[in-house]
Amino acid sequence: MTSNYAFLSNEEFNALRWSSTVSWTQFVPWGGTRGGADPERRRGPTELRLSGREKVESEGGKIPEWTIWNKSDPHHLSPRCDSPTHHPLPAPSPPCSPASPLLRPPSSSASKIDSLRSKVDLLKLPLALSAKSISERKSQLGGAGERRSAGGGGGARTARSPPTRDMDNESQYSGYSYKSSHSRSSRKHRDRRERHRSKSRDSSSRGDKSVTIQTPGEPLLDAESTRGDDRDDNWGETTTVVTGTSEHSISNEDLTRVTKDLEESTPLECKRFIGPALGGCLSFFALITPLAFLILPQVLWRDALKPCGTPCEGLYVSLAFKLLVLLISSWALFLRPPRATLPRFFVFRCLLMVLVFLFVASYWLFYGVRVLEPKEEDYRGIVEYAASLVDALLFIQYLALVLLEVRHLQPAFCLKVVRSTDGASKFYNVGHLSIQRAAVWVLDRYYNDFSVYNPAVVNLPKSILSKKMTGFKVYSLDENTTNNSTGQSRAMIAAAARRRDNSHNEYYYEEAEMERRIRKRKARLVVAVEEAFTHIKRLHEDEAAASPKHPREVMDPREAAQAIFAPMARAMQKYLRTTRQQAFHSMESILTHLQFCITHNMTPKAFLERYLTPGPTMQYQQQSGRGRQWTLVSEDPVISGLRQGLVFSLRRLDFSLVVTVTPLPFLRLGEEFIDPKSHKFVMRLQSETSV
Amino acid sequence: MSEQPSNDSVGQRCQITREDFICQRIEIQKLREGENLILGFSIGGGIDQDPGQNPFSEDKSDKGIYVTRITPGGPAEVAGLRIGDKIMQVNGWDMTMVTHDQARKKLTKKREDVVRLLITRKSLEEAVKHSKGSHPRQ
Repeated sequence: MTSNYAFLSNEEFNALRWSSTVSWTQFVPWGGTRGGADPERRRGPTELRLSGREKVESEGGKIPEWTIWNKSDPHHLSPRCDSPTHHPLPAPSPPCSPASPLLRPPSSSASKIDSLRSKVDLLKLPLALSAKSISERKSQLGGAGERRSAGGGGGARTARSPPTRDMDNESQYSGYSYKSSHSRSSRKHRDRRERHRSKSRDSSSRGDKSVTIQTPGEPLLDAESTRGDDRDDNWGETTTVVTGTSEHSISNEDLTRVTKDLEESTPLECKRFIGPALGGCLSFFALITPLAFLILPQVLWRDALKPCGTPCEGLYVSLAFKLLVLLISSWALFLRPPRATLPRFFVFRCLLMVLVFLFVASYWLFYGVRVLEPKEEDYRGIVEYAASLVDALLFIQYLALVLLEVRHLQPAFCLKVVRSTDGASKFYNVGHLSIQRAAVWVLDRYYNDFSVYNPAVVNLPKSILSKKMTGFKVYSLDENTTNNSTGQSRAMIAAAARRRDNSHNEYYYEEAEMERRIRKRKARLVVAVEEAFTHIKRLHEDEAAASPKHPREVMDPREAAQAIFAPMARAMQKYLRTTRQQAFHSMESILTHLQFCITHNMTPKAFLERYLTPGPTMQYQQQSGRGRQWTLVSEDPVISGLRQGLVFSLRRLDFSLVVTVTPLPFLRLGEEFIDPKSHKFVMRLQSETSV
Repeated sequence: MSEQPSNDSVGQRCQITREDFICQRIEIQKLREGENLILGFSIGGGIDQDPGQNPFSEDKSDKGIYVTRITPGGPAEVAGLRIGDKIMQVNGWDMTMVTHDQARKKLTKKREDVVRLLITRKSLEEAVKHSKGSHPRQ
């Protein structure tokens, strides 16, 4: 059964969430005509998103009242309805219908007209980027509104407020989203707005007030879809102004990404399969040989053979069984395609194949000389000969098993793996391996244990480091200028070292500041996600039928994820920006993850664990069949075994792993027997007093 | 009573807690030093202490009060107290079954100028035997 989700009804939500002051991050059922939701459109902190259609409406002061109201329905309620191509919905959901009453005005129609008139008045105000502050505007509008709807009910108030906010959005803050880091000023304005709003609210309006949310991320989906390949990093911030990369240009980021993808997708190498193919042929040859030994005499000189009785049959059975075992084990050892291509031959495997070949060849030689030529009649001898070959092959198989699979399990060396860019290190215990096999082993562990390499995290910001070498000139007074460069650089370094600098101070404070910022953003993110998750409830089968009076919109996980994604989008994007993880998580991936978490009943904390800590590299791998290209750099030949003091490195495009080998210490374990009765204790008090 | 231990007081047989000891009576005059009245020796032991750590006792389970140090020239030395003596009584108070702190309190009562100790010493036995041997009592 597909799981269905339903939003909490208005009343439930209000009961849960309503507080005396309306908080800025309040949001509600998206697309909510749950019994007459107010189209008051509450945007998140970004809130200044201006879609083209809105602008048309708001600018048109000439449009008569009723048509304004009706036109604004679809946009206020569900912008999704306007872009059905991007989110294919199963059926047009009820909120899309513009015919549904948006207000349940308890008051008379006169107040409704009043409210609408006030809306029109607001829309007539100039939209220029004026220096008027929000508070001034609000007071202006608020005064007008209050005078108008003095006797009105709640509907009037609520009708007034959205235009207020829209007005503020459109006029003042279209450039706001650039200054996303200036949270203090935004909060100041926000608080002022809230205060005005809460002051002008009537207590009776709180009962049936419900706020719909305009998902700030939604409109941007249009922009993203038209851009095609260009990955938009600013999906949380909603701005219509182009930041410098047009729709048709390709940014530097995208360039590097494209080149990386290209080099990842190397053509499928056939070299990968040569080894298994050769092994397959050889094992086939080796398996066929005993059968050939048995069949050839029967075919060639059957009449002359001496019949052999029960011993032969026993030998046949054992031969068959051993051949079966050989078949399976040779498949397991030689024929499975390896997960890594090694730069040199895999020595043991080659040795074993050579051994098998020599063995079988020598058996054929003897067979040819001793059996085929003189047309040997003792069939039993021939069968025993074939059986001995199979036994020998089994022993070779056993040897192969030990050499290839078992020998390296016993730990003998300790490998220290250090990543060159950020110093992340791990220690591993391995057995006796060749360098190339050890490299493969280390890489297997690397993908699981090491956190993902983030090129955006640099060691020290340049602003701190660059101060050292500026403004220092060296003049050489010597005649000969041969050793100029080295002497000069050495002199500069010495002088810079002696110079007193406070860059450590700056580094310390910068670190503290960064830490604080990250914690702040993380707190916001956690709160936003927690709140977002409270709006979703799993719908059980019996509930759907049991409550006919609360018609809820039932959604599948993808829709539910999209619905609750909007309020947390901005907080998430800010957090990812601060921790420099934004390159790893696209909006699509976050939505997919959210859908996954909802489906499996995960808590917000479980959803966030993917983003709060940088996970292992495996988490970020795209499944492609081409594989990853690593280069093994070593001073010793790579087929030599590990030994103490060996150093090799595994290089990739922009970082490398340096591996150092040390042998495990030899342990001398002694024995000491303790009698359980020998555990005795006394008090230790002794004092001496002089009198 | 004289301060010097007379031959009569040496080698008296005391019976305390059903055991026979050769004990000696010593009277010490407390010396006033500033605010305090001091006796000039240190004690160790007590029923709350570890008797195994007592270097002076023969029986390592003896929890009695022993003299562990004597100030040279102090009143205790003058009176004849020796290091290693076991104090059996102080002014009539029993010292064989007291805690360390109680013993200290009995010795350092501010109102008393004189303490009369009943002590026993390992070497007393030999001294008695020796004296008995050489001077047979009548």
